[in-house]
Amino acid sequence: MASPARRPSLSNIRSLHRKPKLPRNRWNGFFTFLAGLFAVIVVLPLVLVLAYVVIKGGSMMSLSLLTELPPAPGMTGGGIGNAILGTLIVSLIAALIAIPVGVGGGIYLAEYSKSGAFASFVRFGTNVLSGVPSIICGVFVYGLIVATRIFFDQSYSAIAGGIALSVLMLPTIIKTTDEGLKLVPQELRWGAIGVGASKFVTITHITLPTAFKPIATGIVLSIARAAGETAPLIFTALFSPFWPEGLFSPIASMSVLIYNFAIMPYDVQIALAWATSFVLVMMILVMNIFARYVGSFNKI
Amino acid sequence: MTTSLNTASNARPTAPAADACLSLQDVSISYGNGKNIAVNHVFMEIPKGKVTAFIGPSGCGKSTVLRALNRMNDLIEGCTLSGRVLFDGHDLYDRRVDPVEVRRRIGMVFQKPNPFPKSIYENIAFGARINGFRGDMDELVESSLRKAALWDEAKDKLKESGFSLSGGQQQRLCIARTIAVEPEVILMDEPCSALDPISTLKIEETMHELKKTFTIVIVTHNMQQATRVSDLTGFFNVTSLPDLDGKVGCLEEFGETERIFNSPAQQATQDYVSGRFG
Repeated sequence: MASPARRPSLSNIRSLHRKPKLPRNRWNGFFTFLAGLFAVIVVLPLVLVLAYVVIKGGSMMSLSLLTELPPAPGMTGGGIGNAILGTLIVSLIAALIAIPVGVGGGIYLAEYSKSGAFASFVRFGTNVLSGVPSIICGVFVYGLIVATRIFFDQSYSAIAGGIALSVLMLPTIIKTTDEGLKLVPQELRWGAIGVGASKFVTITHITLPTAFKPIATGIVLSIARAAGETAPLIFTALFSPFWPEGLFSPIASMSVLIYNFAIMPYDVQIALAWATSFVLVMMILVMNIFARYVGSFNKI
Repeated sequence: MTTSLNTASNARPTAPAADACLSLQDVSISYGNGKNIAVNHVFMEIPKGKVTAFIGPSGCGKSTVLRALNRMNDLIEGCTLSGRVLFDGHDLYDRRVDPVEVRRRIGMVFQKPNPFPKSIYENIAFGARINGFRGDMDELVESSLRKAALWDEAKDKLKESGFSLSGGQQQRLCIARTIAVEPEVILMDEPCSALDPISTLKIEETMHELKKTFTIVIVTHNMQQATRVSDLTGFFNVTSLPDLDGKVGCLEEFGETERIFNSPAQQATQDYVSGRFG
């Protein structure tokens, strides 16, 4: 039926115009719509959470909120200054522990290990660690540091909170460092070694600076992730209604403040919990945006 | 392999010539902890102040031999070497030798231009600085760039990234970077294979200048290049040995470039240089 003789007439009959009623075009449209719908559903929680937090908490924004202590139950006014400071301190402690250890571990995996059994064990361990629930990290540090009162006979402390968060940050930092360094072209290492650089100089002067972007991005994201954690802090840093007294005392943090205040029967505290959620979400959002900025910025 | 023992260059394998810079004595290199022998029983005397070219078909081990000359093969897992490589009479593979020190005296330029992600100036200053250079860095950068014939093109953008240069310029930057360390020998692993003919020509001109100060060993696939730049040529070939699995590289013939190309002693060399195989 498709004989060569009939072809010219066929092409005359069939128009080249698109016919929306054809089954293939209908299916096409249907699945495009479906994919779009799911994409919207994916970002919906983010938009809703942000909007809800902004509406509930954003209206409370004021200088006193950021600088004052929370009020005693039954009182009004006050702020969450101690919790903001506490979150910054605990995150800083966590970063100071996790960055050197994580970057160092990543360097070992990417630059020194010769794909031996130990390296694959460390890589596997890192993957497992990243899957450990954060509450387990909290209980672990509780048992290791808080219950044993290892630091100056203090139980709950900012240090313990920082250590718990650093355990959560470690796998991300190790992995991003390892993968970032693996992306550095081998020729660059050869070049440095070819002009007589030692392995240490090659890593510190050539490979690490080249892989700066992915490593810095990973670090910032891991800090942002840890800053919002609650479970590990409940067991370790506890909470304090006062300004931080030192690294070896219990310390307030925004996430634990939300946890504590949101279930209180006082309207002021519940409102403060919303305001804290807003501040915390904004902080994490800003850090994520900063991570993207770090990722895009170009050093020669 | 037995035939290669008869060639002139291999007549006295244990007594290095007075002007020999690098001397390979019965060098065999294998990968995978001795499983795959890449190149077998190489005897060779590389003289000082000359350009020596390694030619041969792919897989004949010429790059492997080149990388053995400044212990670059140390970076490859499971790569082992037997025999001796003498540099000014010192065994490079002696237990006490520091490979970092070896690479400072025997520099290397790679196949693909690999400038550091730094400025042009820093690319050159890097090697000198880590080698404890205490002098006028500006002057060193200028003289290195001049020797690599890159000064005129790069002098106005020393602060720009090394990647802002073209491929040929990048390769000359890599040569300048190697010169800045002031090595005695420069090894070049197919330095022009990623470049266009004009850049290649410029690099060859650079090499003519460089051989006044440095001993150069170059691996090339381009036979015209070997005839243009080298004083001596080593022809590597692939053979299958009856008692070994797979193919093994060996040095088929080594001598004056002119002789290798015009009246080679080996049939295989004749076939290769006249383009009959490889």
